[in-house]
Amino acid sequence: MSRRLWITLFIAPAIAMMGVFMLWPAFAALGYSMYDWNAFTRGEFVGLKHFLRLTEPPYRDEFLNAFKNNLVTFVAVMVLQNGIALLLAYGLYHRPRGFAFFRGTVFLPVILSLIITGYLWQLFLHPLFGPLTQVAMGVFGLEEFAPLGDSRYALATTILMSVWRNIGFPTLVFLAGMNAIPEEVFKAAQIDGATDWQVFRRIVVPNLGPSFTIVVILTFIGAFEWFDLPFVIGGATGNPAGALDTMALMFYRLSFGDGASPVTDVGLGAAVSVVLFTIVLIGSKFGADFLRRREIQS
Amino acid sequence: MSAPGRPQAIVPPRAARRASSTSRSTLSRHTPMSLLLIGLLVLNTAAVIVPLAAALVSSFKSTAEIMSDPFGLPASWSVANFVEVWSAGSFDVYFRNSVLVLLGSEALILGFSAMAGYALGRFRFRLNGAIYTLVLMGLMIPAKLLLVPLFIQLKQMGLLDSLWGLILVYAAGGIPAGVFIMTGFFRALPNALEGAARIDGAGEWTIFSRIMLPLVRPQLAIVAIYTAIPIWNDFLLPIVFISNPDLKTVPQGLSVFFGEHAVNMGALFAGLTLSALPLVIVYLLLSEQFIKGLTAGAVKG
Repeated sequence: MSRRLWITLFIAPAIAMMGVFMLWPAFAALGYSMYDWNAFTRGEFVGLKHFLRLTEPPYRDEFLNAFKNNLVTFVAVMVLQNGIALLLAYGLYHRPRGFAFFRGTVFLPVILSLIITGYLWQLFLHPLFGPLTQVAMGVFGLEEFAPLGDSRYALATTILMSVWRNIGFPTLVFLAGMNAIPEEVFKAAQIDGATDWQVFRRIVVPNLGPSFTIVVILTFIGAFEWFDLPFVIGGATGNPAGALDTMALMFYRLSFGDGASPVTDVGLGAAVSVVLFTIVLIGSKFGADFLRRREIQS
Repeated sequence: MSAPGRPQAIVPPRAARRASSTSRSTLSRHTPMSLLLIGLLVLNTAAVIVPLAAALVSSFKSTAEIMSDPFGLPASWSVANFVEVWSAGSFDVYFRNSVLVLLGSEALILGFSAMAGYALGRFRFRLNGAIYTLVLMGLMIPAKLLLVPLFIQLKQMGLLDSLWGLILVYAAGGIPAGVFIMTGFFRALPNALEGAARIDGAGEWTIFSRIMLPLVRPQLAIVAIYTAIPIWNDFLLPIVFISNPDLKTVPQGLSVFFGEHAVNMGALFAGLTLSALPLVIVYLLLSEQFIKGLTAGAVKG
């Protein structure tokens, strides 16, 4: 057989799979927002109608609320999760006794599914029977303790769950970044008598550029495409009272119904997804360019 | 320690760890900073282990016991909750489905990624660059964007409410990462072996399957872990594509179980434990490979 035929045979299966179940549907999805839909049957071409609907009540407020929750999540995860992850990574970098154990446990929740993570904490926080609820009411004398049912605390609590589950990932990315910093840099600092804090502040952090870029971009994408935990905790409508709503949830319930009613609006849902992925695409492109410029060139 | 060129910096070999201790030991005197760092590590470990252990222990308790003594040990280690879960839920069916879906999609991902990675990494031809770009594009397409078109397409193909539908979609989702990783590794392999085999008159398939594949077995393991964990844990595709109770996967089945047993805390904890346990056990045995595999996309060698 000829060389060209072999190359084709080696490559065709992978490309065919990608083409049929990924590239073609992605291409199809781009047009969905421009049509009216009757359930999953395409109706007539309506141009930008669905995008305009997003800018008018009632969908405007719904969309802005979801967007706000995505944004809050991004900022909170950046500060809380990635900030602590940086310190955890620096702790691991020193190779303390029990290094393998610490690293193993820090990463353990990352392999748990988000449905398990969500249900785990939902059980602990069950308003009547939850172990944490018992402790909160017993120790602090609270009359009731139901943060997930309270629209003031539900988002913060769900973000904490997400941090608990995901923190191992940025920790190990930062650790790898620290391990890649040339040892001579540290030796020089040591000779100069730098303290731990100075080494961390002046050497470790500035040299982590590439790791920072990866972590920030992945956090951005993760926060703006956030779906699983809010869905597990608050259902397709992001209960309580939309406190857990996100753009991805809005897209989901417009496309497949909110669980309570099967009414869908596929065109509007597609418009939400187009806006969502445009934000993600532009945000990560500009974010990556900006962060890369700030990386120390070595 | 040759830090800059060290491959897979995330898991330094023992020798590198020993060598590094000279320069790092001075950083681990008992300064406030080092105490803070150790304190944080201990705290984080506790935050991980305490809830998981409490969930495990709670699956042996009754709801009344969970309420009266939330974090204590059970009076007796009764497996009643697990019996309840196993008989009331259909976890045997859920596990079977999850395993079938995982095996099916991994077979396609590993086989097709290795083949395409081999061709892209070892052969020069006109469309090589274009196809590689197509693979990179596949890496950037978010799965959620595809939900509605895939739903319509699977319906037309008669693959809705079928494990094959899940297998094919998961495989297509994993292939770009697989091809990307494998192309990189095949490219880095030396030419000598292949050249010798070619001179001996070995056919293309023999060279690929007998000579090249065995050389990249560790990299195939990385692809397997990187793609398998999200497939095993996913519940978005099953809730959209699967409604037949006999075809539900573990994450989806867990949500069914939680919907039906809203007040039996002990049984809920048992269901949770049962769903999480297989993967946690595999992780405890292979944590090094898991960490390497799952951070493969974000940590360059």
